[in-house]
Amino acid sequence: MKEIVIKADGLTKKFGDFIATNAISFQVEKGEIFGFLGANGAGKTTAMRMLCGLSIPSSGKATVAGFDVYKETEHIKQNIGYMSQKFSLYEDLTVKENIRFYAGIYGMSRTSIKEKMTALLAQLQMTAEENTLVKALPLGWKQKLAFSVAILHEPKIVFLDEPTGGVDPVTRREFWNLIYEAAANGITVFVTTHYMDEAEYCDRVSIMVDGVIEALDTPGNLKTIFNAASMDDVFLQLARGAKRTAD
Amino acid sequence: MNAVTVNNIIKTYGTKKETVKALDDISFDVKPGELFGIIGPDGAGKTSLFRILTTLLLAEGGTATVDGFDVVKDYKQIRNRVGYMPGKFSLYQDLTVEENLEFFATIFNTSIEANYDLIKDIYIQIEPFKERRAGKLSGGMKQKLALCCALIHRPSVLFLDEPTTGVDAVSRKEFWEMLKGLKKQGITILVSTPYMDEAAMCDRVALMQSGKIMSINTPENIIKEFKKRIWAVRSQEMYRLLTDLKKYSNTESCNSFGEFHHLVLKDEGQGEEPVLNYLKEQQHKNIIIKTTEPNIEDCFMQLMQKN
Repeated sequence: MKEIVIKADGLTKKFGDFIATNAISFQVEKGEIFGFLGANGAGKTTAMRMLCGLSIPSSGKATVAGFDVYKETEHIKQNIGYMSQKFSLYEDLTVKENIRFYAGIYGMSRTSIKEKMTALLAQLQMTAEENTLVKALPLGWKQKLAFSVAILHEPKIVFLDEPTGGVDPVTRREFWNLIYEAAANGITVFVTTHYMDEAEYCDRVSIMVDGVIEALDTPGNLKTIFNAASMDDVFLQLARGAKRTAD
Repeated sequence: MNAVTVNNIIKTYGTKKETVKALDDISFDVKPGELFGIIGPDGAGKTSLFRILTTLLLAEGGTATVDGFDVVKDYKQIRNRVGYMPGKFSLYQDLTVEENLEFFATIFNTSIEANYDLIKDIYIQIEPFKERRAGKLSGGMKQKLALCCALIHRPSVLFLDEPTTGVDAVSRKEFWEMLKGLKKQGITILVSTPYMDEAAMCDRVALMQSGKIMSINTPENIIKEFKKRIWAVRSQEMYRLLTDLKKYSNTESCNSFGEFHHLVLKDEGQGEEPVLNYLKEQQHKNIIIKTTEPNIEDCFMQLMQKN
């Protein structure tokens, strides 16, 4: 039996009369790459905020890394990593300063920061750039650095919110190689994307429509169930029926 | 006369010590009525180019015209006849849907009624919310309103800067349907996007990377320019397959493309047989290997390597 690291059971969030996330239930295993798809306004961000301990659910149950999303949000935050395309690194800090800053926030010791930093810079082949301001780095490098920083403290789960938006096709693929490596090292990856080819790279994919998880399976099974040639096709079949357009 | 001409445009940012060439000697033309796509990732120079063409930014070198008018000398004429939808939502959040549209119509000395036929198909989708403030609209509705506002003075050339970025696959498809409708009305459209698959929706595209245009052509011809064969390969373990194929001595390039990896061989003479044998030696199971058509992303990556 594989270890379950995310467990949601009837997880719901209401804003007034509006049910942003409507009783979603699913489980994610350790080391799994879990694709969390849905049209704009389907309720993905709301669900993700609850799982990250940033928003208290209206009802339902969920644990992340074994911690309760109502009562143990601080423990959740210590055990997860987070990265999005919109917010990742501090542009006005150097590469080194960013690493030290994030590692410090996650409470890593000075010696372990030092060791990790050297190893990380070597792995990313960025040792020569350690004193470069992040804003001067090409976008592809920034994204890779941001991901590595998000998992520097060896979290159990890393949440990636559209990590590859606007990135060139080569870097996009290099980025996914980092995801595979992280997953192979036992880090669970929870990722949202608008690129349907990337849905194929996930072990399992859930598709949200109007606050509900309409489908959840491996990409292969989803294509069979929906008699679709590609994940793009599966997504279109499901999301076309959406009533909501809110962001 | 071309709707847009761009000749050797150069734009740099930064200080003397650290300069970034946002646009590095760019030239192209757009024909009247054409749907022309600028395809490239963030940092390619798409927004700088659009800002120069809409007279909001001055280039350091080169010349450009829109509708026959010079972007520097004749900026007033250009501003009267182009529509521009920036990447960032730039309407008045505190005005309602209808007020925004009326505001833009008035600025251009026209009225909603005069040009209603042009925006009708798009506007009816947001009309039920015309009393709502723009700031309270959903992403998709904001986008439709911004497009209406950019169209209300019946521009001859429409500039759309990344209208589909961050938009889900369904809404992206709908947006391109709207553009096709506008094209039928004779409006020249320049649209930029980081989504390579959207190239197929354009008459012609310019593939941009780091301030340079790598190729300009119809989407079909860009694909034809990809001279080598591509094999689509899959097996039970996709990530190990990728690393194994990258290690293979006859591999020129191997990239993941959804369900399959796309493999290009240095020497294609012996076909897929040796590859298949190599993969069997590596204990791969359920191997599928077949030739496939390249897509724009294959072409873009090949061009990136050449440059």
